[in-house]
Amino acid sequence: MLSSVFFYLFAGICCLAGLMVVSSRNPVHSVLFLILAFFNAAGLFILLNAEFLAMLLVVVYVGAVAVLFLFVVMMLDINYSELREGFQKYRSLGLLIGAVLLVELFATFFEYSGNVKSLPSPGAVHNTKALGQVIYTDYIYLFQLAGLILLVAMIGAIALTLRKRSGVRKQVIADQNSRTRAETVKLAKVETGAGVKEAS
Amino acid sequence: MLADITLAHYLTVAAILFVFGVFGIFINRKNVITILMSIELILLSVSINLVAFSAYSSDLSGQIFSLFILTVAAAEAAIGLAILVVYFRNRGSISVDDINVMKG
Repeated sequence: MLSSVFFYLFAGICCLAGLMVVSSRNPVHSVLFLILAFFNAAGLFILLNAEFLAMLLVVVYVGAVAVLFLFVVMMLDINYSELREGFQKYRSLGLLIGAVLLVELFATFFEYSGNVKSLPSPGAVHNTKALGQVIYTDYIYLFQLAGLILLVAMIGAIALTLRKRSGVRKQVIADQNSRTRAETVKLAKVETGAGVKEAS
Repeated sequence: MLADITLAHYLTVAAILFVFGVFGIFINRKNVITILMSIELILLSVSINLVAFSAYSSDLSGQIFSLFILTVAAAEAAIGLAILVVYFRNRGSISVDDINVMKG
């Protein structure tokens, strides 16, 4: 009983936040509503006994992706009001296509009568442990491939945004390391009371 | 305990989120950042679908695939935002309508 209350709570807030993401005027508000939607989806995952994915959603999506969005939105100096000019123009078309899509999806899965049991109670094996037992054995190549995709994405993002600026004084480590003692230090024999005549 | 919440309930939530994502792509035709966020919403709804099917059919494969979707979504967001930053640096705007240099 309590879990169904929580389901409706999470589902309702998730859908409302999703609507606010696409219809909010301020992109910063959009990102914050996206974070709210992710949190409530994580709640739905917990209700489905998928704790590991719920935590992953909070850590990866909210902690990394949404904050990345927030950085970019705040970093770019854009007049967002002129970006919303097509809003009225495309709204009726978007509503029409959205309604058609929703009706089709509902019609499909209310007719769906696959082999679906009720939700099993969590067994002796913890969800995270069960995932680990499968992912490092049966899906090891896909798992490695996922790591490769992340590596390529990281290198690509760095290579895209790196730029050479002129007029910036940079430290050249190779030059510093290749200096010898002979060209930097000069010993001078200073006589008492005479002082050093030449500085260089 | 969960008898009254069926698979169809979760599929409904996912379908509504998916439609909101598609709707967002339609109404924010000029703002690339909102389009990227709509794509994130669509991927989230697909993830909910996979996890719901995985839980109700007692098969972990759906959760594994959801994990991979999460990976690809993170990579896609990073690359997309990097392209956006470079584009803004070059053109001073992120309007989709201005991206027509390659048009024949």
